[in-house]
Amino acid sequence: MLANYILSVLIWLPIAGGVALLMIGDGGDVKSSQARLMRLTALAFSLLTFLASIALYIGFDNAERGMQFVERVLWVDAFNVWYYLGIDGISAPLILLTTFITPLVVIAGWDSIKTRPAQYFSAFLILEGLMIGVFSALDGLLFYVFWEAMLIPMFLIIGVWGGERRIYATLKFFLYTFLGSVLMLVAFIWLYVQTDSFDLLTFMNAPIGLMAQKLIFLAFLIAFAVKVPMWPVHTWLPDAHVEAPTGGSVILAAIMLKMGGYGFIRLSLPIVPDGSEYFSGLMIALSLIAVVYIGFVALMQKDMKKLIAYSSIAHMGFATLGMFLMWWIVADTGAGLGMSGAMVQMVSHGLISGAMFLCVGVLYDRVHSRQIADYGGVANTMPVFAAFMVLFAMANAGLPGTSGFVGEFMVIIASFKANFWFAFLAATTLVLGAAYTLWMIKRVVYGEVANDNVAALQDLNAREFIVLAILALSVLLLGVWPAPLVDMMNTSIEQLLLQVGQSKL
Amino acid sequence: MTLTDYIAAAPEMTLLGLICVVMLVDLFVEDESRMVTFWLSMASLAITAIVLSATAPVDQSREVFFGAYVSDPFSQILKLGAVLFVAVSFLYARDYLRANDLHKGEYYLLGLFGLLGMMIMMSANNLLIMYLGLETLALSMYALVAIDRNNVLAAESAMKYFVLGAIASGALLYGISWVYGVTGTLSFNEISMALAMDPSLNNLPLWFGLAFMIVGIAFKFGAVPFHMWLPDVYEGARTPVALYLASAPKLAALALIIRILVQGLGELHETWSTMIMFVAVLSILVGNFVAIAQTNIKRMLGYSTIAHVGFILLAIYTGTDGGYASALFYALTYVVSAAGAFGIVILLSRRGYDAELLSDFKGLNARSPWFALMMLFLMFSMAGVPPFVGFLSKLYVIREVLAVGGVGLAVLMVVASVIGAYYYLRVIWYMYFEQGEDQAVLQASTDTRLVLSLNSIAVLALGIMPGWLLAMCIAILG
Repeated sequence: MLANYILSVLIWLPIAGGVALLMIGDGGDVKSSQARLMRLTALAFSLLTFLASIALYIGFDNAERGMQFVERVLWVDAFNVWYYLGIDGISAPLILLTTFITPLVVIAGWDSIKTRPAQYFSAFLILEGLMIGVFSALDGLLFYVFWEAMLIPMFLIIGVWGGERRIYATLKFFLYTFLGSVLMLVAFIWLYVQTDSFDLLTFMNAPIGLMAQKLIFLAFLIAFAVKVPMWPVHTWLPDAHVEAPTGGSVILAAIMLKMGGYGFIRLSLPIVPDGSEYFSGLMIALSLIAVVYIGFVALMQKDMKKLIAYSSIAHMGFATLGMFLMWWIVADTGAGLGMSGAMVQMVSHGLISGAMFLCVGVLYDRVHSRQIADYGGVANTMPVFAAFMVLFAMANAGLPGTSGFVGEFMVIIASFKANFWFAFLAATTLVLGAAYTLWMIKRVVYGEVANDNVAALQDLNAREFIVLAILALSVLLLGVWPAPLVDMMNTSIEQLLLQVGQSKL
Repeated sequence: MTLTDYIAAAPEMTLLGLICVVMLVDLFVEDESRMVTFWLSMASLAITAIVLSATAPVDQSREVFFGAYVSDPFSQILKLGAVLFVAVSFLYARDYLRANDLHKGEYYLLGLFGLLGMMIMMSANNLLIMYLGLETLALSMYALVAIDRNNVLAAESAMKYFVLGAIASGALLYGISWVYGVTGTLSFNEISMALAMDPSLNNLPLWFGLAFMIVGIAFKFGAVPFHMWLPDVYEGARTPVALYLASAPKLAALALIIRILVQGLGELHETWSTMIMFVAVLSILVGNFVAIAQTNIKRMLGYSTIAHVGFILLAIYTGTDGGYASALFYALTYVVSAAGAFGIVILLSRRGYDAELLSDFKGLNARSPWFALMMLFLMFSMAGVPPFVGFLSKLYVIREVLAVGGVGLAVLMVVASVIGAYYYLRVIWYMYFEQGEDQAVLQASTDTRLVLSLNSIAVLALGIMPGWLLAMCIAILG
């Protein structure tokens, strides 16, 4: 019985947990028993959600071409809006990623959050529910409601628990993303006026003229490009990442950035295929600029979080590159490879960047600095931590055997089939990524103990060890055996390519 | 005149009778027991609401008093809304007035008289009756603004309001006289019929009258370029008065525009829609941009009202039934959030200290997390962020504008919303991200606390469950 409503459970369970936490109160002192209760409640809700998502994984049928776990109830009669949920192989991995990362974030904030722990955990739980909502909504308006509502908890997370320039960062984050998404709303309403429905699947089958497709693509592009973020609308991201608390950075990098990529796959490509084809050159160019130029920018960063933020932009450039290669490839196989590569890249980047931010969080909790220059020789005092950090750095640089390699490799092969120069530029990331990541590692982890702060460092406690160990295992597992993930999405990607291949003119 | 005529006007007559009772009783009440007046006023509102529901016309309109007065579902829902929000204003105002030695019977009496004026406007089926209701409302509001006679700012803004309001009323009346001169009738239905029968009436003298009437209407709404009074009056008036001005009268203004422009001069849609569009676009732009620069929360809410009025006017601009229904939905939901926002501003004030500045919101989350959350709901709703109802009302208007092909207008609306989001976010930023000097927990009596919470939760609840209200608006005007 409950199995039919599993998506609703996944969405509303964490939200209910968040509301419950808000009701109990703000917890006062972190050491108090009440605050402890808050943390345990938050952890319990996030773990329950994760367990529910495992049921989703088990029940998921890899061979099904359509949507699964569909729920459809009329929501707003007057607008013909439905509470319409359903997932396929493209959204399922992202939902699993969300439910997997959230408990880790809760554990990571266990005692580093000193003020208003109840509100903090509540914001994360509500955010989790809303993000799952975005990945499972099949009604345009429902999608938009989740998409926008998500900004509210993130706005508060950065603004209340962030660093020194948090207010600037969070306002920039909110206004950038809000501006991006309202144009998407106009596109949705325009489509609604044409089709008299907000159903995304109806949108996908509706015939749309080329001019309208181009405009809709641009409206979607602004919404998703800000979220991904693509060059040149990426500037909110380094600010938001740097100022956000560790948990906020992890959620931002691991999941919220994937919203943009998901939006391209779920909305732009199937709804306006001809518009996407028309602009695919532009998309590839922007992606390659992100990969190359932002890679150089990352090289010059002095702040670890900023460096990882820029590396996120570069890695997400790979994802968007993979998505838009299909019109440049003649052979059928390559198109699927690019798309799968983009998806694998998104999931793997979620794990790796989340882990990198957690590593920086571990250092920041001890030294209260994110500057690379304030560290040096951490390996001497924190050997276990250093091992983890080096592993994640290798994964970030795309070392074979880690998940970072799989996605990048698939996308590079696909771009070779399209054009030598695309592949050439894309492949520079193998050099650049290694350069900026490993150079940071060299300066932070290796060498002589730089100062007293570093000398006084304590190695990981059990809590931190568990979080990083889980992430390390999943990065390695996905690196050597990506089959479960790839199998999960293969059918849906084939279906998507069929859909996109048909002109709607 | 038959009994049906009186039944249709029963709510207004009941209210008038009850006002007389309240007035008489209030004469004999000492200042210490002024609560009697409060409870009597609330009882009058409750009785009026009951009579309203009892005489509700079942999906048909009853025109009475030789067609001068109409009781239809449209007037019904507006009147119920007005009664409700006058009651809410009285409740939020009570503790503030008591704490500031302003707890006189006049606030309630003038409020009730204003309500009577609004109800007459909502049921007017004739230009003169409309004018009568408008003036009843306007005179009560002028006096309300001046209620604190020792306060220089209040007196000044009352004066400003009165002078400008009188000019606007004059313009409206002048326009009415031209329309009367051209069509030979004051009744909306007859005007509409005359214009439909004889297209030659659609000529320059009529447009001339129309332009003056639109000036009057735009003034009453506070739409740009006739908006200058609005922020000044909101700022100068004591907060409970501003609360009153900001809530129920907006519903009366909607009746004013729908009755005159749609019901009476609907045939002239092509002529007035352009004028309304310019006024609306200017309101959205000026309201949102100027609100950013405000440091006074009441002025900020004033400019935000102007921006919201722009949305309502754009909905009217479409000239479609769906557009009018969206205007009704927008007005009703806007009033909910405006009442709540002013309610919280009142709550921040204490004896001898009026919370007026945005910075008074600093650190509210530390002082009273519950009310901070409520204000967060209201602000995000006004900014048009889902899942709050302000999003749906904007969505509805945008949909109707797109349905008549206004892609450019739709883009303008959403971009202006993003600009507007900044100043709403600033309130939230002050509440959540800043430390305040004042650490005192907000004090509120249980009933205020309860109603204010319900009011704020309503913007969330309506955002998630908008179906019934939307269906009602569509059934009435759609």
